[in-house]
Amino acid sequence: MAENVWILGIHMTEFGKHKDKDTLDLGAEAALGALADAGVTMKDVGVLGAGNLIGNSGFGQLLQKQIGQTGIPVYNVANACATGATALRVAIMAIKAGEVDMGMAVGVEKLSGAGLLTGNARAAEGGHWVRDGRYGAVAPLDGRVGTETMPGVFAQIGMEYGHRYGGADFELFARISEKNHAHSTLNPKAAYQKRMSLEQIMNDVMIAYPNTRPMCSANCDGAAAAVVVSETKLRTLSQEQQRRAVKISASVLTSDPWQEACQVLPDINTLTRQAAATAYEQAGIGPEDLDLVELHDCFATAELVHYDNLQLCEPGGAVDFFRSGAPWRDGRLPVNVSGGLQSKGHPVSATGIANIWEIAQHLRGEAGPRQIEGATVGLAHVIGLGSACGVHVLEKAAA
Amino acid sequence: MERIPLVDYLVLDDDPHLVAHECTNCGARFFDRRSACASCSGQIFRDVAVERTGTLRTFTIVSFAAEGVQVPFVAGVVDCDGTSVRGNVVNVPPDPERVTLGMKVRLTTVPLGSDAAGVEAVGYGFEPVD
Repeated sequence: MAENVWILGIHMTEFGKHKDKDTLDLGAEAALGALADAGVTMKDVGVLGAGNLIGNSGFGQLLQKQIGQTGIPVYNVANACATGATALRVAIMAIKAGEVDMGMAVGVEKLSGAGLLTGNARAAEGGHWVRDGRYGAVAPLDGRVGTETMPGVFAQIGMEYGHRYGGADFELFARISEKNHAHSTLNPKAAYQKRMSLEQIMNDVMIAYPNTRPMCSANCDGAAAAVVVSETKLRTLSQEQQRRAVKISASVLTSDPWQEACQVLPDINTLTRQAAATAYEQAGIGPEDLDLVELHDCFATAELVHYDNLQLCEPGGAVDFFRSGAPWRDGRLPVNVSGGLQSKGHPVSATGIANIWEIAQHLRGEAGPRQIEGATVGLAHVIGLGSACGVHVLEKAAA
Repeated sequence: MERIPLVDYLVLDDDPHLVAHECTNCGARFFDRRSACASCSGQIFRDVAVERTGTLRTFTIVSFAAEGVQVPFVAGVVDCDGTSVRGNVVNVPPDPERVTLGMKVRLTTVPLGSDAAGVEAVGYGFEPVD
């Protein structure tokens, strides 16, 4: 049996606009914050997993040059929005493999003002039609053969669920967003901390029906980092370090298994369902045991389907689950009390560690005004389109 | 006038239709040039005509897109007798009251303009069946 792995220290920068900081400043802030939180230094760290999609190739080494070149292996990883979770998995796997007893993962992105991600601006046309790519296309397909925009892709995913099971309309999706924006008012690190009314959300700029602008994840700058440690090593550390350590009861990464239509419209459901099922089995914990969940609400339409994918409700019961009030912070199973990607923000490579930071804050009893009282078990989920899905189940240290 | 399809899998004849590469081992269908089958890793494919009518599995109305993309437009996925196809829903107002999930649609062609040599590119979309 491989070693259990624990989070020893974890940090998230404020999400938002950081005009005067570059990716290295933000990455260093997160990494140094995680090391300080862990009560260790770079000399204790045996492996570094690093994620930064837009900006530096070789981000991990550049980060080392700022905070400590100790000669340890660096793994620069890329897995779309699951990049942070993937970097963390690298450190966890190295510990489980017995190569090191401590590792660190860092994810950072600068996305303020990035606008709509995806879709290629269309070049002026002229000249001759030339077949290109694996479809032999003579012109860009975005807008001509459906949509490649993220808001549009995820809108279709939510609409399909709504059609299959009923009960999901524009207003329901907007109410999901209303919840997350309300939650963010208690999170001083969120990029947006304003409550928005249902009317404001529904009447805002339509991006891809039914997703209006506040129902889309917010591009922003931010970083997050975590120091992980083997259980054997943890037992040699101070009582205080052991008390604040958070157990990683499950750490799972999946890609999407082939399904009919999965190359036509990304199937974000199957790989999430498989990741969740594997995670619950690994942890020996069921969805009924969870005290809070941070899931990948890149769009309001995505949050709905993940209630079902993560087994937070009966199959097909996501609409009823939401309407019951369960995922509000005072509900049966709070979801995205951080404000979620729609309000806390989504600096892509940071997200997969930032949502784990959020869970850890609650399990340690350090979440301040937004603390979910008595939380002992939480789940963090991310999905990167393409796809990669990360699910982590976290547990509070035994008293 | 000479015509060229927007994509290799669109066949412009008297009855324009789409063609899929079907894995001879497992029956999985694909529209792009293949290295092997994503479902079973088989390497032998045959081309099959895709049913031209279907039902709308899901859609969105895109109001905000990359520069040069005309908005709003209806993007969707159509279930053509078991084969899912991505495409725009055309000849219908981009209005959620007018586009309904499960509606019957059929393949139609969409002219995309001509190049310097006068060759017209032709794409496809799905329109409601009255």
